[in-house]
Amino acid sequence: MFQVRIHGRGGQGVVTAAEMLSIAAFDEGRYAQAFPSFGSERTGAPVVAFCRIAGKEIRLREPIMEPDALIIQDPTLLHQVDVFSGLKKDGFILINTNKSFEELGLGDFVRDWQHERLRTVAATELSRKHVGRPMPNVPLLGGFAAVSGIIRLESVIMAINERFSGKVAAGNIAGATEAYDIVRAEMEAARHEESTHA
Amino acid sequence: MLKQIEGSHAVAEAVALCRPEVICAYPISPQTHIVEGIGEMVKDGQLKNCEFINVESEFAAMSVAIGSSAAGARTYTATASQGLLYMVEAVYNASGLGLPIVMTVANRAIGAPINIWNDHSDALSQRDCGWIQLFAETNQEALDLHIEAFKLAEELSLPVMVCMDGFILTHAYERVDMPTQEQVDAFLPPYEPRQVLDPAEPVSIGAMVGPEAFMEVRYLAHAKQMQALELIPRMAKEFETVFGRVIGGLTRTYMADDAETMAIAMGSVLGTIKDVVDEMREQGHKIGVLGITSFRPFPLADVAAALRNCKRFVVLEKSLAVGIGGIVATNVRMAVTGMGLKGYTVIAGLGGRAITKKSLHALFAKAERSELEPLTFLDVDWRVINRQLDRERQKRRSGPAAEAMLRDLGMVAAKIS
Repeated sequence: MFQVRIHGRGGQGVVTAAEMLSIAAFDEGRYAQAFPSFGSERTGAPVVAFCRIAGKEIRLREPIMEPDALIIQDPTLLHQVDVFSGLKKDGFILINTNKSFEELGLGDFVRDWQHERLRTVAATELSRKHVGRPMPNVPLLGGFAAVSGIIRLESVIMAINERFSGKVAAGNIAGATEAYDIVRAEMEAARHEESTHA
Repeated sequence: MLKQIEGSHAVAEAVALCRPEVICAYPISPQTHIVEGIGEMVKDGQLKNCEFINVESEFAAMSVAIGSSAAGARTYTATASQGLLYMVEAVYNASGLGLPIVMTVANRAIGAPINIWNDHSDALSQRDCGWIQLFAETNQEALDLHIEAFKLAEELSLPVMVCMDGFILTHAYERVDMPTQEQVDAFLPPYEPRQVLDPAEPVSIGAMVGPEAFMEVRYLAHAKQMQALELIPRMAKEFETVFGRVIGGLTRTYMADDAETMAIAMGSVLGTIKDVVDEMREQGHKIGVLGITSFRPFPLADVAAALRNCKRFVVLEKSLAVGIGGIVATNVRMAVTGMGLKGYTVIAGLGGRAITKKSLHALFAKAERSELEPLTFLDVDWRVINRQLDRERQKRRSGPAAEAMLRDLGMVAAKIS
């Protein structure tokens, strides 16, 4: 079972992102369970949503306390909420930012991590560019498909088409695809860098 | 058809497939998405011959349901928590009058302190109201139980409450197999009321009954629930034939055959318990599970049969009978009277407190070693409790307890994650 925890703020589509991730996994024939952190959600307040993906029926109903991957939709949460709580060693981390892990002050925390698994993408900017609104959730799913390899970009696009239509769907598909390409390119670069160091 | 949808929407679609004629509801979390979903289907014409009535309160919702059901319409509503409490007088009337209304209760805690999260306090406060109460373990079961509920209600002329864990199920996206209209039509015939307000054949419903017949009328309510004990397993079989899926029946066991310890629960926590049981089985522990689907009527014989070969049982319940302990546990203990079993009551998950595998492992292991207290409150912070009790001992005007306890935790409002 693969467990994803998504952190963001009310109004950023955190719950929608978890739901769409579950739809993408379902479209690939797998079992998935998405659920919110059950708070009274208010715009701007920290929000958490969860998604489990597995090859068989998911019975577990506890919150995800030891995630395999984190998607952080708002980097200002890094100093407000313990977003890394329980994250498995070498778990995937995708942050919505144009800064590096070092610049975010996370250099020490991820020193021994597999570098390929640590990615950032400026998803809010991509959303502004393609959808005209600051909604980082869907581009981040594209980026997540790239960094984790857990779901395919095509499945994310299918989920987008199930959730949205017309211009909004087209914009989100463009945003998710560009995020996917950016993260893929960065991973290639990181891999190249590591092999040159070795 | 397999779908990945929210539990609330799965229930909304299933209710629509049952061809309801009147839906009356008042919004309250975590039930709201269900009636919103049905409302949309009525508005866009997907659900035909159905009137959606916006009412001004839950009391009005159940009162309208009583009226429309008595007029011969298949009637549905949904509520939760304080909403259920607000409609209680009408809830008792619906069952007393024998009206086959189906209602979803998206289980949520009851205040004070106000809390929107999940536990079973709302539905279990109504355990004696005369409604049949069924508890769903998954969203698949929630939608299936609604289809069964209409048939059961109309067969017995008794209202049925389908209880599903608020947020944990209502707001969870998971895979469900949505039946076709043909399948539902094959299982659920059009509503043929046992009693109806019909201008062509006028009757009055709701007589005043004095001491001369009140006991007899009340006994009939009990007799009907006893009939339900026979009917529910039969209907579950019939459901399986039409839909090819097994639904709850009265109770269900898991890994129970050689179990020395039996964990007993209702609702979605059964999934987490089963995962724990699988892990403990791998380590050689003889532990099994009894899930109770039908809380009213309470299947005394089935529970006794399921526990016949075990040595001890642990009832894990999301409810608290203040001043005595468990509600489900008290019912289970009645079923096993004289069987010489060790029984433990565990109050867990109140107001949305997470019930984790880690805690359940430790809990069941403790029960196996006979080290568990007869009544346990799972994962409570004793420091916070004791500090408040201290405060109250030391100072007459100790102030409001909930606020003080939140302050001790360093919080100004409820926890977000």
